Amino acid sequence: MAQKQAIGRPVKIKPGNLKRFWSDLVHSRTAYLFLAPTVIIMAVLVVWPLLQGLLFAFTNVSSKNIGNKYIGDNYIAPTYKFSGLDNFFDPDTGVLSTGSPFWGTLRQTLVWVAANVILHFALGLGLALVLNRKFTGRSIYRVLLMIPWAVPSYISALGWSWIFNQNTGLINNTLRSMGLSNIPWSTDAVWATIAVIIVNVWLGVPFYIVTMLGGMQSIPTDLYEASSIDGATKWQNFWQVTLPLLQPVVLTATLLDVIWTFQNFNVIFLTTGGAPAGQTDILVTKSYLLFQQGRYGESSAYSVVMLLMLLIFSIFYTRALRNPQEAR
Amino acid sequence: MATSQVKAITKIKPTVSRAQRQKFWGDLGSHVILLFASFIALFPCFWIVSASFKPKTEIDSSQLTIFPINPTTSNYSYALFENQDAIFWKWLTNSVLVSAGTALAGVFFASTAAYAFSRFNFVGKKIGLMSFLVVQMFPFALLLLPIFNILSGLRLVNTIPGLVLAYCTTAIPFCVWMMKGFFDTIPYELEEAAQIDGLGKIGTFWRIAIPLSLPGLSVVTFFSFMTAWNEFLLALVLMTGNENYTIPVGLRTFVDAFRANWGPYSAGATLVTIPVALLFLWAQKYLVGGLTSGGVKG
Repeated sequence: MAQKQAIGRPVKIKPGNLKRFWSDLVHSRTAYLFLAPTVIIMAVLVVWPLLQGLLFAFTNVSSKNIGNKYIGDNYIAPTYKFSGLDNFFDPDTGVLSTGSPFWGTLRQTLVWVAANVILHFALGLGLALVLNRKFTGRSIYRVLLMIPWAVPSYISALGWSWIFNQNTGLINNTLRSMGLSNIPWSTDAVWATIAVIIVNVWLGVPFYIVTMLGGMQSIPTDLYEASSIDGATKWQNFWQVTLPLLQPVVLTATLLDVIWTFQNFNVIFLTTGGAPAGQTDILVTKSYLLFQQGRYGESSAYSVVMLLMLLIFSIFYTRALRNPQEAR
Repeated sequence: MATSQVKAITKIKPTVSRAQRQKFWGDLGSHVILLFASFIALFPCFWIVSASFKPKTEIDSSQLTIFPINPTTSNYSYALFENQDAIFWKWLTNSVLVSAGTALAGVFFASTAAYAFSRFNFVGKKIGLMSFLVVQMFPFALLLLPIFNILSGLRLVNTIPGLVLAYCTTAIPFCVWMMKGFFDTIPYELEEAAQIDGLGKIGTFWRIAIPLSLPGLSVVTFFSFMTAWNEFLLALVLMTGNENYTIPVGLRTFVDAFRANWGPYSAGATLVTIPVALLFLWAQKYLVGGLTSGGVKG
């Protein structure tokens, strides 16, 4: 593939070779010119807010003292102060103190992420395997199965919240018409958790179908021919050829999925709204609720914990699973 | 001769039909599984469309009605015209302006940066590309408050340019990666030839690379548009007052904690979804290519 051509010579920075480094920088100047507008706007829109968000987690900032706003033409200056680790470890209000609701929410978040990613992967891989067979009509199925992804997630999340409605929802209406009793979707934490997971599984499977299918179709067919000459069964083909070669795609898809599911605000907020009593809330919705109540410091502390969790997870995940493959 | 032929046929025939039989059952099984999966995938959508034609009595009933018994278009006329002096059109205008602004900003900032990443070697290239990838993975909650605060200091809260700026935080990095993928597939020889003919680097970008990547640009424009069109959380936080809502936040006012007007909600949702869903189905293959190749390379 002759895709990766680039102007200029390859740039390497050697320690102690300042002159070389300088000439490399000069050589890079056209590239920097092209990059400048984007880098500047990203610095303003992402880096600055990110630093500010990190800073907020270590202050007593709230809706009362955040300032930086105008009432009429009068500028209100911020008056919050540095408060060390109080937002995290203060025995009464600290997010990570022993009595904090954080721990219950963390458990719910882990259950939420694990259940979703496992079900997404299993169903997505299974359906992709079926779709990868050659038979008439499969392109129609492929389009139909994409539809949950094509519908805006806020619309489907709200629609599902109605389907799960305890009194007028489709599922309970059906159960009653069959003479069965209601399922307590909004008053029982376990059933509510099942409901939100169903919604997000419905939303997330198409992404896996497409990525897995793409991965399968890029596996050269002569590998299968070779293995069937060696007498491999379909089952062996799947475990010995398909899965190992699918590994990079699986890794990327699951990593992205963990990250997306971990901070999926829409599904939780719009389907259950945390009901019953905040028991289906995950960290991101909790952080939003604290923000909504004007408790900005604690909200930022939640976000910082989430950022750290994602960073640590991503680093370990890519390290642990990428290295054996590269060594091969 | 004849007997050996007959022998050969009888020998082969059973194995062929065995393979055929296997294929038949395999196909049947595939159809059963996929029909069931398609039913699950489609039913909620059908349910919303069906509800949009149901009168209120059927919607609030605790009886099961699959198709509307007395179909009506009153939900559509309520959602579009009667609800708060046809406020739907105000939401639509806001959504279109915000999404178009985001799409333009996304494409402008992404195409120059993506071109640099695709065509040049420079100090910090790898780190730059990685940081555009990592930015997309940030917990957005972390940026919510600072963005709100910064926009408040600029007096941009509750304005359309403010919301566009907020959406750029996610739209630009995403577009950079997608656009880089498109530039990578364009052969470099044409640009080389143009440079030999004396065109400068910026001229090459503007006159050769951009026209060649118009299909890519249109896909990126669409996705950039769609992230803004479908975004809920930032619009909820940054826009206050009914007349400033975008469609996602506006539609939710039909079914928030105080109301449960599922009929008009379904009507609005159906109208808003059909065009973007169709476009999405068309453009989706590019999205996945961009995501996985980006992820694998990064």
